Amino acid sequence: MTDLTKLTLAEARDGLAKGDFTSRELTQQHLAAMEKGRELNSFIVETTDIALDMADKADEMIKAGRGTGMTGIPIAVKDLFCTRDIHSCAASHILDGFKPKYESTVTANLWQDGAVMLGKTNMDEFAMGSSNETSYYGPVNNPWRATKQDGRLSENNYVPGGSSGGSVAAVAGHLALAATGSDTGGSIRQPAAFTGLVGLKPTYGRCSRWGMIAFASSLDQAGPITKTVRDAAIMMESMASYDDKDSTSVNRNVPNYEHALTGDIRGMKIGIPKEYRMDGMPQEIEKLWQQGIEWMKAAGAEIIDISLPHTKYALPTYYIVAPAEASSNLARYDGVKYGLRVEGNGLSGMYKNTRAAGFGDEVKRRILIGTYVLSAGYYDAYYLKAQKIRTLIAQDFAKAYEKVDVILTPTAPSPAFAMGEKSNDPIAMYLNDIFTVPASLAGLPAISVPAGLSADALPLGLQLIGRAFDEETMLRAAHVLEHAADYTAQPKIWWGEK
Amino acid sequence: MSVDKKTVAKIADLARIAVREDELDPLAAELNNILGWIEQLSEVNTDGVAPMTSVVEVALPWREDKVTDGGYRDEILANAPDSAHGFFTVPKVIE
Amino acid sequence: MEKYIPKYIQGATGDWEVVIGLEIHAQVASEAKLFSGSSTKFGADPNTHVSFVCSAMPGMLPVINEECIRQAVRTGLAMGCEIHLRSVFDRKNYFYADLPQGYQISQFKDPIVGEGEIIVDLEDGTTKTIGVERLHLEQDAGKSMHDQHPTQTYVDLNRSGVALMEIVSKPDMRSAEEAGAYFRKIRTLVRYAGTCDGNMDQGSMRADVNVSVRRPGAELGIRSETKNVNSVRFMMQVIEFETRRQIDLLEDGGEVFQETRQFDPASGTTSSLRSKEEAHDYRYFPDPDLLPLEFTQEFVDDLAKALPELPDAKRNRLINDLGVSAYNAAVLVAEKESADYFESLLDSLAHKTGKAKEELAKQAANWVIGDLFGALKKTGKSISESPVSLKDGAELLALQIDGTISGRIAKDVFEIMLDTGKNPELIVEEKGLKQVSDTGAIDAIIDEVIADNQDKLVQYRGGKDKLFGFFVGQVMKKTQGKANPQVVNQLLKPKLDG
Ligand SMILES: [Mg+2]
Ligand SMILES: [Zn+2]
Repeated sequence: MTDLTKLTLAEARDGLAKGDFTSRELTQQHLAAMEKGRELNSFIVETTDIALDMADKADEMIKAGRGTGMTGIPIAVKDLFCTRDIHSCAASHILDGFKPKYESTVTANLWQDGAVMLGKTNMDEFAMGSSNETSYYGPVNNPWRATKQDGRLSENNYVPGGSSGGSVAAVAGHLALAATGSDTGGSIRQPAAFTGLVGLKPTYGRCSRWGMIAFASSLDQAGPITKTVRDAAIMMESMASYDDKDSTSVNRNVPNYEHALTGDIRGMKIGIPKEYRMDGMPQEIEKLWQQGIEWMKAAGAEIIDISLPHTKYALPTYYIVAPAEASSNLARYDGVKYGLRVEGNGLSGMYKNTRAAGFGDEVKRRILIGTYVLSAGYYDAYYLKAQKIRTLIAQDFAKAYEKVDVILTPTAPSPAFAMGEKSNDPIAMYLNDIFTVPASLAGLPAISVPAGLSADALPLGLQLIGRAFDEETMLRAAHVLEHAADYTAQPKIWWGEK
Repeated sequence: MSVDKKTVAKIADLARIAVREDELDPLAAELNNILGWIEQLSEVNTDGVAPMTSVVEVALPWREDKVTDGGYRDEILANAPDSAHGFFTVPKVIE
Repeated sequence: MEKYIPKYIQGATGDWEVVIGLEIHAQVASEAKLFSGSSTKFGADPNTHVSFVCSAMPGMLPVINEECIRQAVRTGLAMGCEIHLRSVFDRKNYFYADLPQGYQISQFKDPIVGEGEIIVDLEDGTTKTIGVERLHLEQDAGKSMHDQHPTQTYVDLNRSGVALMEIVSKPDMRSAEEAGAYFRKIRTLVRYAGTCDGNMDQGSMRADVNVSVRRPGAELGIRSETKNVNSVRFMMQVIEFETRRQIDLLEDGGEVFQETRQFDPASGTTSSLRSKEEAHDYRYFPDPDLLPLEFTQEFVDDLAKALPELPDAKRNRLINDLGVSAYNAAVLVAEKESADYFESLLDSLAHKTGKAKEELAKQAANWVIGDLFGALKKTGKSISESPVSLKDGAELLALQIDGTISGRIAKDVFEIMLDTGKNPELIVEEKGLKQVSDTGAIDAIIDEVIADNQDKLVQYRGGKDKLFGFFVGQVMKKTQGKANPQVVNQLLKPKLDG
């Protein structure tokens, strides 16, 4: 039998519909790949039995003609999503053993459409990180490794990006056809760029946050991580819904995103923000961006220079807002209702010991920063100031969208880096999200599309940022960009072969 | 603005995270590094700018006053590290 | 209305003035909790009225209960306060075993209800205006039980998330009496408006009592806050105790510390809640899971139109339109049940007798307050537990008004009603208590009485007018009180005068 793990989601869907293979076969091949790919450490939990059960049900759905775009598609689920009776710990020690008695809206939507759960993927603890090195379950290894001057593959492990590192590693390594991710400041897009995948963060409010373990409530959004733009469109349609259990969910019809992929962007106005041309940006990133502009121009789009003047303040703004919200969101992990408890002197001692043992260094760092910026005497100078600058950043975008339909930028300032390279320098790590954070602060949809390779043959991505709730125009442009880039590179398999 | 050891101890206490004495100085250095970098925001003029309350321009949805939830104590207590007689239990609160 | 006279307290070193402010927590009357669909019913088994939302499971989100919004607006209107068309929910961050989220959703900078004024009646017949600072909506916490186990505290989250209205007064009260009157007035208002059941035994209303003392006309002193006082009597004890304690402290050259205290009902004293003053820093910030709460003036107007008649208006109507005495009107409106009982009784009485309410109100009010309340007080029953039904009460009064029985007999009948719960007509029938108005029968009895008391007749005719009463009494005695006194008067006079 052919290797079904190399299919795209759309190809698998069509094959299933035609009866070329069953979801059980498709699922089994992915389960085998997962077993072989354990060295990637992309899964925290493998739900083998559940996967086969779901695959059988999907096969019945397809037979009965009730199949949708996601029916029978084996996917990986980020550990941030609560899945009923299945380990859901946001890769944190503090949620040790937590098995929720409820199902997140996003995953419930996927199961409703017949998708198949392969397991829960590794991630940065509570989604705090850009390299997936902060997980309690250990770092995730990027299926990609740099190619050395002599043409041989580096022996070092590379980071997959974060925080959805396990999800991208699973898809890039062909252990899953697609995966759910969550994006607070770039956690879908940056790892997608680091692994040659498509990562879509929809407009804030498009996907329900109910049942998704919160990091920063005003920024968190779920989205798909896939091999192609078409796959992202198919999966996005399933994940998105209005949810009356989430007060920030927006009541709008979910369009058929795949229909938006017409291949025609003639006359589309594409904005190029000058502020994204940063000091010290690697030449190859600058070059790729320029190449992207040329591709879009060639496809008939109109290129317009724009200005987003507050861009450079986005990252420090984010590092006030997100930790502030996180410090409060993570207060519920106190050893009382679920997860870890470490006894101590009385109630307060129990709290302190539990939280000291349960949270990793990066999470603690952000809780402390967040606590500090909200504390008496500092609220105005930090939190309030940041929320004002956030308004200015959103206004920058609003002004730009008077002139353009989408904005094209690089996704990340560098390709994937070697494990450990930046883990001792928080700010260097934070700078990974410099191009992704502004859209997050403004709640706008954005997508990363694989567009080329770095000098040492690591994937690079370009980002398109759309108007609020206009994922369709953004997807149309992304689809054209993807085809123009004609990106076909695959990681050389170094794992599981020994 | 820069944080000292004492401030770190205070915010760690507010956040209920036990921090050893020997961790305070390195933590203060780390936090100061980040806060120093954040400091650049002070150069932005935000006079008359309204702070963002939400990125979505929609109205707060209201739910009907109906009992639609609850009544599943076993599921509420299922993940508790400790419980007894239908209660969550915690070390005795000494005031 | 008389002029308010300030009250000073004599100390060893001169006069002092006590300044009191109250923060009243009133539980909103609603079926479901403020942000979740679980029940608010009192007295359920532990943790049964708890959802995943009110137990702060990871990924759970708040959605506001519209009735709680209406109730807060109604209460604000009843207190004559400004209603804010836009308000904001904030998180108040602190750790406690019965606070599962690690924060309370409350309103800090922008509450739903703003300033207003409450007029209270004082015992000396004067009135005083007390300012309301604000009313805001917030979540209640769960309940910790410290006495169930030697080393553990038990936590029940049934109350967790129940809606509370926190009504904050201005520091306008100057005595325990004023504070008591204010608290009672608020309780009356919320019960009229139907926004809180005012049930203190079940904790539906409780107050944080802020007390400070100062020299008359001086700046405000340092205050103590005594938490969760759950009866008017206790509140007044707290004020008396704190006033004394603080004056003694200051007169001894000591100083008052701003602190949180607790009341011990057994000793009638307060004590510091925390041995070591813990610095609270609640780190309030707008809850990112909720958008600002907004509604229109029309929404407010509709609620205002539908509000029932409030106590002040009702009292004025009873006095001005129905001729009830000021004292009786005040007594009747103080409790909504009393006012309701009175008004229904009056309706039914007017219907039975065919007379206008204005003609009946005074007598009905006298009976309700004098006879009925007197009887209830003796048996310690509330009006809702009255052994005399509305219908029977109205019937008893009607029998009196249409002359079937005399006022004297009515009192006897009422006693029998209280004992037996029987219907008054039946009692009158069975015991033959109908008033005798038959002139022939009365004539005969008068003749008998005159014949038996010739000596008194002589004295009367000799100018001793007072003896008229003696003859009336004799006639009544002979008829066992059943003779119609008016008829007796009419017939007796000419006979005595000869
Ligand atoms: Mg208070
Ligand atoms: Zn309160």
